[in-house]
Amino acid sequence: MPTKREKDVATVRETTGHEWDGIREFDTPLPRWWLYTFIATIVFAVVYCVLYPSIPLLRTHTEGLLGYTNRTALVASTKAAVAAQAKFIDRIRAASLDDIRKDPELLGFAETGGRAAFNENCAPCHRPGGAGAKGFPNLADDDWLWGGTLAAIQQTITHGIRNADPDSRQSQMPRFGADGILNRQQISDVADYVMTLSHQPAPAESAKRGAAIFAQNCVLCHGEKGTGNQEIGAKNLADGIWLYGGDKATLIQTITYARNSSMPSWGARLDPVTIKMLTIYVHSLGGGQ
Amino acid sequence: MRFLNHKFLEQHAVLLAIMTLITVAIGGIVEIVPLFTIETTIERVKGVRPYSPLELAGRDIYIREGCYLCHSQMIRPFRDEVERYGHYSLAAESMYDHPFQWGSERQGPDLARVGGKYSNEWHVAHLANPRDVVPESIMPSYAFLADRPVDLDHLADHLRTLRLVGVPYTDEMIANAKVDAIAQDDPNADTTALLKRYPGAVTGGFGGAPEMVTERDALIAYLQMLGTLVKFRDVSPDDLKQ
Repeated sequence: MPTKREKDVATVRETTGHEWDGIREFDTPLPRWWLYTFIATIVFAVVYCVLYPSIPLLRTHTEGLLGYTNRTALVASTKAAVAAQAKFIDRIRAASLDDIRKDPELLGFAETGGRAAFNENCAPCHRPGGAGAKGFPNLADDDWLWGGTLAAIQQTITHGIRNADPDSRQSQMPRFGADGILNRQQISDVADYVMTLSHQPAPAESAKRGAAIFAQNCVLCHGEKGTGNQEIGAKNLADGIWLYGGDKATLIQTITYARNSSMPSWGARLDPVTIKMLTIYVHSLGGGQ
Repeated sequence: MRFLNHKFLEQHAVLLAIMTLITVAIGGIVEIVPLFTIETTIERVKGVRPYSPLELAGRDIYIREGCYLCHSQMIRPFRDEVERYGHYSLAAESMYDHPFQWGSERQGPDLARVGGKYSNEWHVAHLANPRDVVPESIMPSYAFLADRPVDLDHLADHLRTLRLVGVPYTDEMIANAKVDAIAQDDPNADTTALLKRYPGAVTGGFGGAPEMVTERDALIAYLQMLGTLVKFRDVSPDDLKQ
């Protein structure tokens, strides 16, 4: 393999001097821009390795002059964000819920922050705007299971309903059918009576029988006129607003098996300021009653 | 350096092979050596335990149905992610995962801390038809999971296999695998022993009929424990140093 560099006769360009079976190659230099870019990337890599964590060692790794990690950067960016909003957040932390509602500036901030938290955490069940769905209460109306005051909403959000949190709201409707407290006929009668509470048409005779059963079994929680009891989350049966449905088939199912749905506790997941903002936001949807 | 010029190397096959091996080995070492030090990357936090048998069965369904293709389980340490999903994921939290479910795509939301975020009723409704609860969802329906029983007899084998690859399942856990799975799914069961073996397991039934442990029950049991084992209130920043 001759390695003598020579000029190509036809083009007068230098060859590499390599020759295979009479074939020779030009020694064309790399384009300058390409070469300089290549060198720049090497320089960049060296500088990067010095500044940032990069080289694995046996028990650890080089930390770099900047000491950068995503985790410390996160702490810094969170601090900066909190500092930027501190003016509001500190006041919300210190103020009572009533005072936040009276201060237009804080109210605006809390409603906006609350809406963001609501859309991420609450909307999957309660729907955007608190419109609710079957089994998941509408928060935009005046019908509140556990109370629609600021304090009641805050309590419900913080500890949830019927979950493992010891402070969660607890109550249990008996399974009148499944546990044999009432028979099928009685359940059908009481369902007819419950329909009359919200002025739905139902056979008068069976509703009358149902009234007696209602007085014995249901009044304690749901009240004489079926208007419910927010202390124990007993639903108002007379307002025509239903969580699972007010038709006879659904009522029979509800009375037979009970519902006792639950809501997670948010106190451990969200910070107190976020819960306060959520409370303000939810209250603005349909709270007050 | 007569031996290390190109011409000499190219003309001596054995020497060329040796030098090639050395060159490739450098690349290999750079990738392999960090694995020997992987212990140092696991944060010293308390609470992470092996999956309970029912959670493990649910995890198998999660993998079988390809949930990982659309859902990640990796909250990255960026503010937007932490604000939305909660504390960033730790290496320690997936140290018993074989294989881990970090995922690489998010057609759906990250699930690393979905545990306790929604009620069991929500999961039941959502798996039956996601659009019933999230109108804009593009997730398929998994209603059929409600009718399929979990294969309880092979849970012990599964635990035993995981022990082979380093998950600290005890003999007691393996012996009680089936019992524990049934107890976790039964609202009326005595769960003292189960909770002693698997602290923080979510118990009390997952919306299915009590007489059968369904795949849906197992999947919900798994989803409801995701990201709940480490109590970040008790964790100091020093514990998270890698």
